[in-house]
Amino acid sequence: MQIMTKRKNGLLIASLSGELDHHSASQVREELDEELTMDIQELELDLSGVTFMDSSGIGVILGRYRILRERGGSLRITAMSAYVGRILKMAGVLPLVSQQESQSKGKRGTKHA
Amino acid sequence: MLENQMELHFASISQNEAFARTVAAAFATQLNPTIEELTDIRTAVSEAVTNAIIHGYENDPGQTVILTGEIQGRSIVLSIRDTGRGIENVELARQPFYTSQPNMERSGMGFSVMEAFMDKVVVESSPGQGTVVTLFKQLSQEDDHA
Repeated sequence: MQIMTKRKNGLLIASLSGELDHHSASQVREELDEELTMDIQELELDLSGVTFMDSSGIGVILGRYRILRERGGSLRITAMSAYVGRILKMAGVLPLVSQQESQSKGKRGTKHA
Repeated sequence: MLENQMELHFASISQNEAFARTVAAAFATQLNPTIEELTDIRTAVSEAVTNAIIHGYENDPGQTVILTGEIQGRSIVLSIRDTGRGIENVELARQPFYTSQPNMERSGMGFSVMEAFMDKVVVESSPGQGTVVTLFKQLSQEDDHA
């Protein structure tokens, strides 16, 4: 799993690519949490490069969602494949992390992993 | 009618989650499934194998997980077997969001994902003896594929 991050002001943008399963979950969790310094209020996840995800991935996303919520911030998923969208929807996570309009809207649900 | 079967034994380490789901998908490929069906199979097998490693064997890397596959016509049956600690209350374990390890950031959605992506999921388990999860899926007719 590869993670690219960008920061500006209180925003952290993380682009994940590869397979997000139990095996890669601990690495993703550690790398993201290291970047989630206290000045970060918003986390944007670009999951368009995630080619596989199971419930371990849901655990990672929900865990980061809680961290941000606890500090009054938010987590948004800005891009994902139709497949990732399907599993997040199934788990009831999609409404929590959905994009509110605008940015990278065209990327959503267009790719099938 | 196509009939086939396979059996794979592998070490209970997390690297083998990707290996096992890839094998299951490769086995299913001979039925020329849709991409969605293939993804369903990969995901369900990944969940069951992860459960065997984390819960069945409690992350003990020295154990063996067995994946078997059977094909009859367009129906595929995959079973994932461990001889680990077993599940005391299968009904409870299958509840959405239930996790025996809440501090580990597990989503508790493993069985729900298997149920959503397969036609039927049968769980047989006895404490101290292990668990067998059997996943059933009837694939669509090839003529129906776009």
